[in-house]
Amino acid sequence: MRAGGDPVHELSLCGAIANIVTRHAAGRPVSVIHVQVGQLRQVVPDTLVFCWELVSDGTPLAGSRIDVEGVPARMRCRACGHVAEVGDLPVFACRDCGSIDAEVISGEEFMVTSLDLGAAPDGAVPDGAVPDGEANEGAST
Amino acid sequence: MGRFHRHDDGTAHSHDDHPAGDHSHGHSHGPGDHSGYQTGPDRVEVLERIFDENDKTAAANRGSFAASGVCAVNLMSSPGAGKTTLLRETLQRMAGELRIGIIEGDIETSLDADRLAGFGAQIALINTGNGFGGECHLDAPMVGSALPRLALSDLDLVLIENVGNLVCPAEFDVGEHARAMVYAITEGEEKPLKYPVMFRSCDLVLVNKMDLLPYLGFDLDGFLANLRAVNPAAAVIQVSARTGEGVDAWCDWLRARLGEVR
Repeated sequence: MRAGGDPVHELSLCGAIANIVTRHAAGRPVSVIHVQVGQLRQVVPDTLVFCWELVSDGTPLAGSRIDVEGVPARMRCRACGHVAEVGDLPVFACRDCGSIDAEVISGEEFMVTSLDLGAAPDGAVPDGAVPDGEANEGAST
Repeated sequence: MGRFHRHDDGTAHSHDDHPAGDHSHGHSHGPGDHSGYQTGPDRVEVLERIFDENDKTAAANRGSFAASGVCAVNLMSSPGAGKTTLLRETLQRMAGELRIGIIEGDIETSLDADRLAGFGAQIALINTGNGFGGECHLDAPMVGSALPRLALSDLDLVLIENVGNLVCPAEFDVGEHARAMVYAITEGEEKPLKYPVMFRSCDLVLVNKMDLLPYLGFDLDGFLANLRAVNPAAAVIQVSARTGEGVDAWCDWLRARLGEVR
């Protein structure tokens, strides 16, 4: 839904995500951050994932990754009650009766839903821990 | 140094050695991977909106405007659509009638603010170029940081000229009472379908550069149909900031928004 070459706001959004994650992690290591992104949000998942690497680098969240769950846009017609997915073309008229009095009932989500705790898969080896050779090749502190 | 643990039951400890039978903590943990410990799955439910922080500041900004009886309008567009020219025309018409403040978002320069000087308006410039990741939009904290530079109690109307961009500004509530966008007919009829979030977020769409209509193959009806498909409720005013056509209707719209706040 977005033309290439536009400046990105994902960087500043990652800053907001970092604040939320830091507060909820309370010092525990985080491996995966689950984020819901509605179709009507102009957040590009790949850009968000990439920006997260930049923003988290050098912080206690380094090595964690963002997992994006997309939420399709759906609307409900106030005239006839018909519920439909908006689809790829952003036309907000009822697909059934044609009324333009329709409300969006999903697709505007943008939230951190949960965190997976534990050392990041490719992250640093914590102090005092000994790599067991399963998953830590190339890891460093 | 020991390894610090905090468990879901709230207990925390750190230790250096691993008891026999426990596995090393150097590798990745999946949910339920803590075989040596009595804990639940290692997933923390968060359910926190990522815009919460911005929106709380936006609410505070809105409160500051309301406390002074000021109406704030967020003006958005793509680069070059004519926001600054329209603002200059607006100041020329309204400066003697209403006390106007301008918050000017610009990536690097004060060029736009310079063009608006001399009309008696208070102008607060926000250069977004230095902000971390703040290069493409105004957010609520940026607008909040500009408020101390405006004497709100001496103002009626604050016009916030956002950074020229059809994507990012639509996502950020800055504490405005209404949103208007300037769309230039040189941009093409399909823009509402390409940038539906921006067009949906607006209370008013100013269709600018109407003086160029005779020279362009612009399909005005097609554009309006696309706009209606995306945002049936938006008001539309056709203007030419260059010739002044329609600018009085825009000023009337601003007066009406101020009337709603007071």
